[in-house]
Amino acid sequence: MKFLCVECDQQMAFAERDLPGDGTLAATFKCPKCGRVVAMLTNPMETQLVSSLGVEIGGRTVPAEPFETVRANVVTGGPSWSAGAQERLGRVPSFVRGMVKKIYADYAKERGIAEITPSIMDTARAELGLEGM
Amino acid sequence: MRTYHQLTDPDRSGLAAQIGAQRQRVAERLAGVRRIVVVMSGKGGVGKSYVTANLGRAAARSGRAVGVVDADLNGPTIPSLLQDGDAPCTTHDRPGPTSGLDGVRYVSMGQFLEAGAPLAFKGPSAESFVWRGAMEASALREFLADVEWGALDLLLLDLPPGMQRYLELCDILGNPPAVLTVTIPTPESRDAVRRAMRAAVDHGSELLGIVENMVGGELKGTAADDLAREFAIPVIARIPWHPTPDAWNQLVTRIPDARRTTDDAR
Repeated sequence: MKFLCVECDQQMAFAERDLPGDGTLAATFKCPKCGRVVAMLTNPMETQLVSSLGVEIGGRTVPAEPFETVRANVVTGGPSWSAGAQERLGRVPSFVRGMVKKIYADYAKERGIAEITPSIMDTARAELGLEGM
Repeated sequence: MRTYHQLTDPDRSGLAAQIGAQRQRVAERLAGVRRIVVVMSGKGGVGKSYVTANLGRAAARSGRAVGVVDADLNGPTIPSLLQDGDAPCTTHDRPGPTSGLDGVRYVSMGQFLEAGAPLAFKGPSAESFVWRGAMEASALREFLADVEWGALDLLLLDLPPGMQRYLELCDILGNPPAVLTVTIPTPESRDAVRRAMRAAVDHGSELLGIVENMVGGELKGTAADDLAREFAIPVIARIPWHPTPDAWNQLVTRIPDARRTTDDAR
């Protein structure tokens, strides 16, 4: 997508991007000759389409993180697990690991906790009487 | 008024360059992969994942380094077929592949979802068909590019039924991947699989052969032989309902060498 200042017959240059947080996107473009600025406003569906391609209007300022799309867009249905929490969970015997994971996940969900950390696990163990898990 | 292609000033967004960088990242990650083989069928329920998992395990037992990408994002089954309960899983924060049974490395959307939860994306629900396909293709691209696969002798991709994921892979890989086709004996399967094979040929994929699954039971027909004759490729295995490990070991030896899929495009 490009923008042309018809009066100046000049390609307009990207100036600024804004994500207001309501699923929409605003990007402004400026004519390098006359200075006129126009704004492109995309609705949530259009914004999501751009997001789903894993690209950024205005260009990337930092390299993409691993699993950026999956991380940002997939509904995992539960709290995330910090590296430390995963490591601790990995030490639980495999035959009960699924059950233990669900107990911690349910604990976090009931309390609106977005990320399970070793500290959260300690608290949950104490509150739920899960010593040894 | 000038048209789109007549505007040639540098584009700060560089969307095309960003897409190019994504594909380059895939190529770099897969540079250490000797063979890429897509396991597909135009038909659901023929046992693609079962064949993929057991082929991967047999290849690993023979000393090969094997990876599996579960490209069935909406119905992931590879974790249940390959899961080794003691191995750490691939997660957002741990991009290494999961080490499964017989040492097969894998990644699956199933590892990112709660047990039993469907694949759902954040975003506007209305008209989600507009962007959902692109989102799934991006997730698949990340499975290929972001997982630290390391050196592999064989990377298997377990595709869902239909052709959409195959077409996405052709774009992501930059070259049509070699295809191993799975069918069951019935004429209904033959007719559905034929369409998929024809599409693969049209896109330039090498057809490695046909695996006929669920042989010797109630399912009657000559699908594998019919397709083999039509496409001039071999039936490389007939898998019975209760195969022994030897059936899978023989399958490994019968898959012809596939050319690398990322060589020519970069």
